[in-house]
Amino acid sequence: MHEMSLVEGMRQIIERATADPGIAQVTRVRVEIGRFAGVETAALTFAWDVVMRGSKAEGAVLEIIDLPGSALCYDCGKIARIDSRLDPCPHCGSGKVMPEQGDEMRIKDMEVI
Amino acid sequence: MTQARLIEVETAILSKNDSYAEGNRRVLNALEVFTVNLVSSPGSGKTTLLCETIRRLGDVPLAVIEGDQQTANDAERIRATGARAVQINTGKGCHLDAHMVGHALDRLRLRQGSFLFIENVGNLVCPAAFDLGEDCKVAILSVTEGEDKPLKYPDMFTASRLAILNKTDLAPHCDVDLDLYAANLKRVNPDIEIIALSARTGEGMDRWIDWLQARRDAKRAV
Ligand SMILES: Nc1nc2c(ncn2[C@@H]2O[C@H](COP(=O)(O)OP(=O)(O)OP(=O)(O)O)[C@@H](O)[C@H]2O)c(=O)[nH]1
Ligand SMILES: [Mg+2]
Ligand SMILES: [Zn+2]
Repeated sequence: MHEMSLVEGMRQIIERATADPGIAQVTRVRVEIGRFAGVETAALTFAWDVVMRGSKAEGAVLEIIDLPGSALCYDCGKIARIDSRLDPCPHCGSGKVMPEQGDEMRIKDMEVI
Repeated sequence: MTQARLIEVETAILSKNDSYAEGNRRVLNALEVFTVNLVSSPGSGKTTLLCETIRRLGDVPLAVIEGDQQTANDAERIRATGARAVQINTGKGCHLDAHMVGHALDRLRLRQGSFLFIENVGNLVCPAAFDLGEDCKVAILSVTEGEDKPLKYPDMFTASRLAILNKTDLAPHCDVDLDLYAANLKRVNPDIEIIALSARTGEGMDRWIDWLQARRDAKRAV
């Protein structure tokens, strides 16, 4: 999808968080990406290297933490972990499930020197 | 000697877009404007549907924001109906964002209680993640695109409140299974409402117009 614009958003957040002149460099950034966020890891990493050039995070390691997806079953009322949006409810087999979690895209933390 | 340290960030990557979207939503709510974000693949009939919708809504106040990578064609098609329209060109951008829409709102000077239609860039993937401040997304799927599209691009249909199955006039020619479309839509979003219509012949348009008016009235009543 739009990994380039996601990373541009990340750059802005990182620049704001590292505005302190006492911070010379960002060495590692950890992001949490939900299973259903539609983010292509390879494209994100590629865009990362390009977009971060000239910032304090140039050359920083981008670490991607995958968050699982979960869905609410409309038939049995349980919330269960699912791996694909098309998976049926693992408890009752119903196909009427609504994703609850898994579209997260969040910068968790970063290591700076 | 420099010492590495950890900074907690805990910020959504799209937080900037989300805060612009909240700003748009405040403006739109204060004006009691019912706002629809129309999303679909290219050519499913968004602009055609809008032109027909505007014709049928008659004197009801409304405005349109058109998003395309290039050209002002769609805004011109809307203006030809007499409605107000602002074109946004996203260039390489594959979706509208809330900041662009905020600028368009400044130019539109919306009237109290109107409808605002935002036609997103034709793309079944990216616009799903970008809140513009709308009341809801409406996904348009033309019957010639294939029954499996909701399964292939579930994000968009999960994010939408209503799916319009457009170009039903072509169904007899293309061996289309409308029930399978409905089943696949419900599979990715059990809550989704579905209206089948033809923007070309007008068949089914009444239900869409009724849906819009009921939603706007419900918004004004709160
Ligand atoms: N047969 C038939 N054709 C339709 C219908 N609705 C739209 N079309 C045709 O489909 C083509 C694309 O329509 P548009 O309204 O430009 O589609 P769009 O989704 O706005 O396209 P983009 O903005 O470029 O993504 C045009 O040739 C329309 O005349 C319909 O209900 N039936
Ligand atoms: Mg169009
Ligand atoms: Zn269940």
